[in-house]
Amino acid sequence: MIKVKNLTKYYGSRLAVDNISFNVAKGEIVGFLGPNAAGKTTTMRILTGFMMPTRGDVWVAGYDMLSHSLEARQHIGYFAEAVPLYTDMTVRSYLDFLARLRGLDKNRIKTRIGDVVGICHLEEYIDVLIGKLSKGFRQRVGVAQAIIHEPEVLILDEPTVGIDPIQVAMTRQLIKELGKEHTVLLSTHILPEVSMTCGRVIIIHEGRIAAEDSIENLASMIGGAKRIRLEVAGPSQQVAERLRQIKGVQRVSYQDSDYTVECAAGQDPRGQIMEAIVRSGWSLLSLESIEMSLEDIFLKLTTEEETNR
Amino acid sequence: MRNTITIAGKEFKSYLASPMAYIVTGIFLIATGFFFSISPATYTETSINGFLQAGVILLLLFAPLLTMRLLAEERKLGTIELLLTAPVRDSEIILGKFLGGLGILTVMLGLTLYYPLLLIIFGDPDMGPIGAGYLGLLLLGYTALAIGIFTSSLTSNQIVAAVVAIGILLALYFVGFAASFLPEALGEVIGYFSLSNYFPDFMRGIVDTRGIIYYLSITALFLFLAIRSLENSRWS
Ligand SMILES: Nc1ncnc2c1ncn2[C@@H]1O[C@H](COP(=O)(O)OP(=O)(O)OP(=O)(O)O)[C@@H](O)[C@H]1O
Ligand SMILES: [Mg+2]
Repeated sequence: MIKVKNLTKYYGSRLAVDNISFNVAKGEIVGFLGPNAAGKTTTMRILTGFMMPTRGDVWVAGYDMLSHSLEARQHIGYFAEAVPLYTDMTVRSYLDFLARLRGLDKNRIKTRIGDVVGICHLEEYIDVLIGKLSKGFRQRVGVAQAIIHEPEVLILDEPTVGIDPIQVAMTRQLIKELGKEHTVLLSTHILPEVSMTCGRVIIIHEGRIAAEDSIENLASMIGGAKRIRLEVAGPSQQVAERLRQIKGVQRVSYQDSDYTVECAAGQDPRGQIMEAIVRSGWSLLSLESIEMSLEDIFLKLTTEEETNR
Repeated sequence: MRNTITIAGKEFKSYLASPMAYIVTGIFLIATGFFFSISPATYTETSINGFLQAGVILLLLFAPLLTMRLLAEERKLGTIELLLTAPVRDSEIILGKFLGGLGILTVMLGLTLYYPLLLIIFGDPDMGPIGAGYLGLLLLGYTALAIGIFTSSLTSNQIVAAVVAIGILLALYFVGFAASFLPEALGEVIGYFSLSNYFPDFMRGIVDTRGIIYYLSITALFLFLAIRSLENSRWS
């Protein structure tokens, strides 16, 4: 449904997206994850036809975005990061206007306005000027316009920013449901959001793809890289030094008597750690192994990129 | 075509919902009414030339105030993203905006019809110059709208869009007067490109095809430039 090949975008001389390629299959919900200025919005703006790439090819819904943008745009629903709305229109006239531009006929517009207003819980506000709505409700109007023409592909740029937790949960639930019938690319920097809604994640950092995989695979790709948290009674510096000597231990950090040990891929040196501490005459107060969260993966991927340079 | 009309309709409605169109129309009516009522032409010739002469200049100043928001505001508010990602051609966007502006301008000029109506009631005016004068005024107004839409497509700042458009319009208008100070051949060429060159004929009741073609060409040229500028914005 979405195919991106060697996509590069410069703003003047500033490189925003650097030769990225990825695919999103029909019916997938893919998270598009990255820190600020990673190039998420830029990529999405190219996918939706708002901007042309500097280099590279993009296909959406089977159409080449460069040569058949108009046809492709017919099949795309887009929630833009800035939540663009005409504040001098009512919710109804706004939805009507955009549905018309997307080629829906009169009767269908009527039923679809009813549908999306129901889905997004906007019934009471349908004849209210958008300029008078609160931020959260504006957000809903933005979602409503994105789905009104039942597009095959949904591109959502940070749809849960700035709304209250109940609405965030609602929006995520909605995205999940939409994902049953639509293909969804969801950008965010909220990590739990991705693990909650998406089957797969593409992590982008400084315009390049840092990782791309299912959430479970991503965790194991980091090498099942385990972390172990310890509490040890003993001289901190010496304990840390001793821990670093253990085979399979990559990094040790500590604060007072709490130590975090990062292990190399596929290693589980818990036995050796216990033994070493006891042998040195210190006492092990606690030891637990922690799975890497998406957060950790994200940090690890994005910071490693930096140290590689 | 359908999209053009959808956009035109939306623009026309949002003119009716915002104060700018009322303010511009109000001032235009007051000012032209003033010049109509003090102009000797109104009483000696029972013509609307007093209105037309003032109307031309006022249009050059006011049409850009109507068009300045058409694209600049979309850019400022980010709603341009809705239009440019909808399955709509860039030309349909520009034409829709143009037709919306044309609608409101035509209504505004329609309201001035009570000047000739007064003449008909209280005198026996020559209808030729009145009809031709209105045709000229409409054509000039549409030209001004096209130029205003073009400058509005260049920036997200409405004031800049309006000022630049007024600048272009005044330059195109007054260059015709400057032409008389230049060597004949050069003056003639420059005069050919001046907005003011053709208007006196319309006021005299002469519908000159060259004049019509001139205004329509300038309108088409600037609409084309506006479409190009919108297209270009996708590549920046
Ligand atoms: N219109 C623009 N003109 C010039 N540079 C831009 C423009 N838009 C974005 N950039 C630059 O391109 C880079 C990528 O920006 P982009 O908006 O795609 O990031 P993002 O991943 O969406 O970030 P965020 O999470 O903050 O929304 C940034 O360095 C940004 O400054
Ligand atoms: Mg962004």
